[in-house]
Formats: sequence, C-alpha cells, structure tokens
Amino acid sequence: MRKNLNIIAAYAIMMGLIILVGIFQSWNVALSIFNMCLISAVMTMGANVQWGYAGLINFGLMGYAALGGLAAVLISVDPVPEAWSAGGFDILICLCLIIAIVFLIRFILKNFEKSKIRTYGIAGIIIAGIVIIRITSESGIEAIEAVNPATTGFLGGLGLPIVFSWIVGAFFAAGLAFIVGKVALGLRADYLAIATLLISEIVIAIIKHEDWLARGVKNVIGLDRPVPYEVNLQTTEWFINLVAKFNSGKLELISNIADKQAALNQLVIEGSSVFVKLCYSGLFLIVVIVLLIVTQKALYSPWGRMMRAIRDNEEAANAMGKNVVKQHLLIFILGSAIVGIAGAMLVTQDGLFTPGSYRPMRYTFLIWVMVIVGGSGNNFGAILGGFAVWFLWIEAAPISLFLINLFTMGLPETHELKVHLTESVPYFRYLMMGMGLLLIMRYRPKGILPEKIEIK
Amino acid sequence: MDFLNAIILLLNYIFVPALTYGSQLALGAIFVTLIYGILRFANFATGDMMAFGAMVTILITWYFQSIGISLGVLPTALLAIPFAIIFMIGYMLFIDKFVFRYYRVSKSPPVQLAMVSIGVMFVTQAVVRIIIGPADRRFFDGEKFIIKAGEFKEMTGLNEGLAIKSSQVLTIFITLILVSILFWFLNKTKTGKSMRAYSDNEDLALLSGIDPKRVVMITWIIAGILATIGGALYGLDKSFKPFTYFNNMLPIFAAAIVGGIGNPFGAFLGGYVIAFSEIFITYAYKKFFMYILPESMEPETLVQLLSTDYKFAVSFSILVIVLLYRPNGIFKGKVL
Amino acid sequence: MAFFEGVKMTGGYGTGPDIINSCSVDVNRGEIVSILGPNGAGKSTAMKALLGLINLKSGAVVIDGKDISKLSPQDRVRQGISFVPQTKNVFAGMTVEENLEMGAYLRDDNYQNVIEEIYELFPILREKRNQLVGELSGGQRQQVALGRALMIKPSVLMLDEPTAGVSPIVMDELFDHIIKVKRTNVAILMVEQNAKQALNISDRGYVLVTGENKYAGTGKELLNDPRVRSSFLGG
Repeated sequence: MRKNLNIIAAYAIMMGLIILVGIFQSWNVALSIFNMCLISAVMTMGANVQWGYAGLINFGLMGYAALGGLAAVLISVDPVPEAWSAGGFDILICLCLIIAIVFLIRFILKNFEKSKIRTYGIAGIIIAGIVIIRITSESGIEAIEAVNPATTGFLGGLGLPIVFSWIVGAFFAAGLAFIVGKVALGLRADYLAIATLLISEIVIAIIKHEDWLARGVKNVIGLDRPVPYEVNLQTTEWFINLVAKFNSGKLELISNIADKQAALNQLVIEGSSVFVKLCYSGLFLIVVIVLLIVTQKALYSPWGRMMRAIRDNEEAANAMGKNVVKQHLLIFILGSAIVGIAGAMLVTQDGLFTPGSYRPMRYTFLIWVMVIVGGSGNNFGAILGGFAVWFLWIEAAPISLFLINLFTMGLPETHELKVHLTESVPYFRYLMMGMGLLLIMRYRPKGILPEKIEIK
Repeated sequence: MDFLNAIILLLNYIFVPALTYGSQLALGAIFVTLIYGILRFANFATGDMMAFGAMVTILITWYFQSIGISLGVLPTALLAIPFAIIFMIGYMLFIDKFVFRYYRVSKSPPVQLAMVSIGVMFVTQAVVRIIIGPADRRFFDGEKFIIKAGEFKEMTGLNEGLAIKSSQVLTIFITLILVSILFWFLNKTKTGKSMRAYSDNEDLALLSGIDPKRVVMITWIIAGILATIGGALYGLDKSFKPFTYFNNMLPIFAAAIVGGIGNPFGAFLGGYVIAFSEIFITYAYKKFFMYILPESMEPETLVQLLSTDYKFAVSFSILVIVLLYRPNGIFKGKVL
Repeated sequence: MAFFEGVKMTGGYGTGPDIINSCSVDVNRGEIVSILGPNGAGKSTAMKALLGLINLKSGAVVIDGKDISKLSPQDRVRQGISFVPQTKNVFAGMTVEENLEMGAYLRDDNYQNVIEEIYELFPILREKRNQLVGELSGGQRQQVALGRALMIKPSVLMLDEPTAGVSPIVMDELFDHIIKVKRTNVAILMVEQNAKQALNISDRGYVLVTGENKYAGTGKELLNDPRVRSSFLGG
C-alpha cells in the first residue's frame, strides 16, 4: 500500500481539481472535462502500450483516432438506399479492384525474384490501378454525392447502435496499423516517427476528401447516442421526480408554487445535461477500467516482461530467439486499436464527425505530451497524464486570463497590450503545454509517475 | 502555335510554381538535414521556427513601412531580412543554450531530443500566435509582377499567358545564391569542412581537435539564417499564416529524407523532387491535351491523376516509397 | 626518463572497477613500443588513459618531462599526441585530402607542405586525393587514418590495433608504413593482437595481464621468452 501512496495522492489531487471546477464553475463543465479526460486516458494508454512497453514511436495517433471516428459514422448512421442504388455498385467494383491489385502484387512478390523489372512492374500495376479505379469510380462517386447533398450525399452506414463502433473502430485502427507496421516498423526511431506522422496525414486527407464515404469536410452530425437525450429526459416523469427529490431541500424554501415550478424546470434542464454526461462517464469508465486491468495484467505477464526486454535491448532479445519484428508488429496493432477505440468514443460523445478537426497538434502531439508527462511505461502514469494535461488544456485559458489580468493590473482596460494579450488567451495553452513538456523532460524525465517494475 | 501554347501553359502552371515551391522547401529541408547531421535529431520545430523567422521579418517590415523606408520596386521585407536574421540567430542560440544543450551534453538518445523539439515546437507556435495572431498576413509591397499574363499575350500573340510574380523570381534567385554560398562554405572553408567532419565521425573529429561547441554554434547560426530566409520567402510568395508553416514541416521532412537525411545537397534537390511531383500529379492536363491533340481526340475529363486535395498525400507517398526502397535517400554520395 | 610515459596508472570506466592497476608504459622518439596481452587485459584501457579518455585514480601521464594528467583529450592533441582508433578512424564521407586537412585542424600555419610529406610517405594517397575515403580499400583507408594522425606532426603516435581486420599482405604493408613513420623521429605506441608480427617490428614490448605489467623487454627478448611464447604467442 505504501508504495502506491504517490499514485493515490496524484489521483486524489486530480479528482480534487475536477471537483473544484464543479463547485466553482459548474458541474456541467467539470463532467465534460472528466469525460474528455477519460477519452484522453484511453488514447494515452494506447500510446503508452507502444512507447512505454515497446519503445515504438507512433506519431500517427491522429489517423487511428480518425478511423475510430469513421467507424462510429459507418456503424451508427442509417444506410442511404438511394445512394447505394446510384453508385454503390461502382464503389463495390472498386473495392474488388483494390483487393485484386493487392493480391496481384502479393503474388508477384512471392513468385518472382527481386529484380528491377519486378519493381517497375509493381509500380506500373499500382499506377494503372489508380487510373482504372479513378475512371470506374468517378461516375459512381458523382452519383452518390449528388443524392441530396445537403444532408446525405454519402453511402451511409449500417444503422446499428453506436457503441458497436467502439469495437469496429478498434478493428479499423488495427487494420491500418497492420499495414503501417508492415511498411514502417523496420525504420529507425526518428524515421518511424516521421513516417507514421505522414501516413496519418494521408489517412486524414482521404477521409476529408472522399465525400461518398463520410461526407468529408461537410461533416456528419446528429449521430445516435447510446444514452438518453436531454429533451426527452426533461419530459420524463421519473427524472423530474428524481431531480425534485434530489433538490427537495432547496425547493422547499420556495413557497410560491409558480416560482417553485420555474425553479424545478431550471433544475431539470441543468440536471438533464449533467445526467447525460454522467451516463457517458459511466460508459467511458467501464472502458478505461477494463483496458487498465487488461494492460496491467499484460504488463506483468511473461509477455510484458518479454516486451520490456525487447525494448531495453533489442539485439539481446533477438539473440535469445524472440521474434522482435513480430512482437513489435503485434504491439503496434494493439496500441493503435486502443487509440481507435478512443476515437470512436470521442465521436460518440460529440455526436458528430468533423474530419477537418483532426490536426496533429491536438490528436498526436498533445497525446504525446500526456504520455511523457504522466510517465511512460506506467499505465497509471499514462492515465494520470491524460487527466492532468487535458485539465490544463481546458483550464489554461481561464488561468492565463487570470495571470494576464494580474500582470497588467496597473494598465487601463483599453491599453493596447492588455487587449492584445486578452485576445491571445487561446494560444497560451500551447505555451503551457510546451513549457510543461520541457520542464518535465528536464527535471523529471520519467514523468510524474515513473515506470517501476516490481520483482516478485 | 498550339505547341507553343501548350509549353507556355506548362511553364505557367507547373514549372514556375514548382520551382518556387521547391526552393522554399529546399531551404527548410537543408535546415532539417543540417540539424540532423550535426546535432543528430529530427527537429519537429522546423516549421514553427520558420514561422518565427517570418514573423520577425514582418514586424520589422511593418516598422520600416511605418517610418517610410522602402526599396522601391522591391519588397521592403528584403531590407528587413538581415535584421530578422540577427534576431533569429539569437533566438536559436538561446534555445540551444537553455533547452538542447543539456541533452547533448548528457548524450541523450536522439528520440529524446526529438521529443524535446516537440516542446520547443509548442512554445514557438504559442509565441508566434500570441505576438502576431493566427490570421493571414500579407506584407508584400513593391512591384508585384515581372510579366503579367495579359502583357505576355499581347507581346507574343499567344493564347496562353505567362505570369511571373516578382516574389517567385526573388525566391528562386535568393535560394540559389544562399545555397551556393552554403555549399561553398561547407566544401571549401576550414570551418565548413570541420562541420562535415563532425557530422561524419564525431569521435574522430574530437580527436582531431575540432571544437564541438563551435560546430554546434555555427550550425544554429546557419539554421537561423535558413529559417528566416525560408520563412520570409514563403510568406512573401504565398502569405504568412502560422498554421501553414506548421503544415509545411511535413513536405520539408519528406524532402530532407528523400534527399538522404544528413546530406544538404540531397535535401536541396529533394525539395524540388517533392514540389515537382506534387504539382505534376495533381495538375489537370485537360487544356494541355486540347492544345497538342487533334480536336477529335480531345479529352472530356480533367485528365488529372489525383485531385489537388491530395497534394500533401503525394509527397508523403513518395516519402514512404523512398523509405521502403532506399532508406538512405535517392542521392548517394557525400554526407553533409 | 623516457619521452612519453604513463606512470603507475590506475583507473577504469566511470565508477566501475579498476581495469588497469599500477600500469606503466614508456616510449621514446624513434621507437616502436607494443602493448600486448590477452583479451580483457586492459590494453586499450591503458591507451585511453594515456589519451585522457578515462580519468585516472592515481598515477600520471608525462610527456617530455611535463605532467599532462589533468589535460582534456583535445589539449593532449595540442601537446603532440596523436591517436588512430581501431574502428571508424577516417571521415568516410570526405575526400582523402579533406581527411588530411581535418587532421591539421589545430594547425594555423600553412600545412600544404605537411600534406606533401604525407603523400611522399603514402604515394597511393596522392593518386586518390580527390576520392571519397569510403570508396577506398581497407589498406588504403588505414593509410588515410595514419596520414590524418600525422598531420599535426605528432611527437607521439598511438595506434589501436592498426591491423585488425586486414589481410596478411596488407598487414605487412601497413607495418612497413609504421616503420617509415618511426624513422621520422616519432614515438609510436601500439596495441596489437598479432603479437608475433608486432614484436618483429617493435623495439620494445609490454605484456599486460589483468591490468598489470607482467613482462617487459625488447621485441627480441619477448619473442624468445618461453613463458611469453607459451601463453601469448601460441608456442
């Protein structure tokens, strides 16, 4: 117990901070921070599995998160039959073509000796393939995108409950990770970082610009929720009673019946959005706890020991007969799948999918700050990093506003410098993140909760 | 005549823009490659450092404009660049002293330095946005065009116009001069050679008496020059927006790796390889074919390999292919 | 008092155990001295101690009567001590001539005549002066490495296993070159695995065992010493 004291203390402080936000700002804000913290924690766990367990740098987190989000759309949205009849056939043919090309290349790779002709042949096949696919798909894509472009203009999804997408998102991300891993895992650490970053940009470019798939930058909004809607709750009797019971002390103080009703209505409106967020918190907590148990078990299993051995001395592990390449690929896929889950959770919570919002600062580098700050190799540290950094990310604006006011107290309200700084408040969060990262890397390079391996 | 029109078309829409864009990438790629070759880490703050340099140039340009100094037909920014360079060198040396030096002295692995550069990226990005804001800034003044499309048509009697912006010519011209001086410095001077030696074999360089502190300092000075000029030229030609600079980091990395990271000449060529392939592959050739083919064979579609939305994706795909088949880059030969 | 001397040196890497124990070597100008011994005897460590690459716990390094124990490796280079490492001893991405120029980095005077002298010593290098060293053969690279080390006109030249990994013919050629260098009045100290050949060209030799001097003597003496023969020279 003693040795876990710092973990408990760190988490207590974190929860305390969120509760303080609840008391001083509002419970709504506190819960939305808490939910995003949970999602961030899932992402950091994914990154931590790759970096902390195996020492693999994945700067493509953004791509996997986006694929998870794409899964949420493709699972939950109702199919658009008109679009399917308009161009679905062409799309299916293209899909078959892509599969055929992949198999053709695999066949060539397997059955022919490595030579210049083979390389050029493959290049030729790929270029010809792109041309053919573009020609066959063009009319289909145009037809699909012409179907009611203001609201649909895409093939739609399967119309299943959105929670399934958390699993499907994991598979999407795992699939991409398999391809990326096969291609890039042999590279040196810094090349791997750059390559994964660039590949994730390609993924985002495709999602952004292939409108038939998920409307691209036109966004998909109004995704089905796994939890009740506020509007429905506000008219549900048991919920109103619950709110009334919860606030009975406050309500009894009001004697006027009309005032009482108005106050109750207000409380119900507030309560409904808190309740919805609590439902999300519950769902997300389940995911975080399950993942935490699984990753902890994995970390202390023989497999986890082997991964650490590979991380700390790849050559020695290789010499001892461990298949480093295979294990790296496996862990790359697992970590990416976890990020995919987080991506699907995020879209589930927001209820909308906006490909334009996937930017590397937010979905790759910020997550990395979380991992480094929290403590790589330690799941509790990674989760804490997710919490602490997201909390700071959100609260950076009020904190910096407070500081700006403090330092420019002597200046009049309309002073140019003060106005300029106040306008720039949103960017102080980058400054804080950067300084935080630099300070942690310098003075606590293993993070707030460093990795510690218990020898049993 | 149609053939000439087709050539002009390609010149106007592919060749000149690609050459300009390639020059801008080349400067950034040499920056990346120098830092990688000598300090041995991938500098993720490259794009934002260039944004910083461009910002300083803009601020000085505005100051000059406000007190009425100008260069006539040339943009005032040219006058501001030398001052901005001095400031940027100070900034680079400051960052090195307070951030990177510690990890270099304690011989941290390159990955850790790359992480640290991400911290620097966050901070630099924040400082740029706090000072000048995230909006689009134009600071080009002076004569905008060297040849206008309309004038060209009148002059030659062709259907296609060729427009050459003075910012394009300036970019290409300054890049060539700067790169020539840099290569002369690296290949002909004692200090330049000592930098190459340090990059080639650090231990032996130390045994030969080469002072690592001096080499590192000169590297940051060159980095400051490249970041300022590269950033300012890009801003003059397109426009200054902090976010695009961050995004440019990616094709810049691609150019450096395609050219063989650690090899400045490769990085220089890599910039053009990336720029030309991006524009070649995403250009719609319909009009070109309309000129050179008989009417009966004229294409109906745009004849575009990939839509311009995939501009970045093209360079990244090239990079991935290069990484797979020739991880040391496509240009063999000397390091640094 | 010899020209260059390591006196009772004791030390090891960082805070680890002592690798060399009260180990003494000395070499005079115009003399070749070999340090021999089994693997792990501390031969390379002794050389690093002389160069200042590891810190000594006790003992001293003296050149020409001057104690240089506290100087950094770079400052020892300035004192005229040159070193050729066993591996990575050339700038592979630079030309032959540039390698030589880098060897003369600390010289401010005109070193063109020194380069000429090196070309006299190793004529093949003149031929290949503008070629990248990475493209040369193993023996030629070793000549470049020697040439680079000679550019400061050192009074002491230290070689760490100069013949490791080269063919027997190249080895003989290389030893010839080392003798040529010795004739230019340089003190040469080398660590060698090929003990027999090394002793053949050496004026004197030391045999280290577990970091201590075990045997010392002229090359001939050591070659004929039955104990040395049986333990290190393969009978």
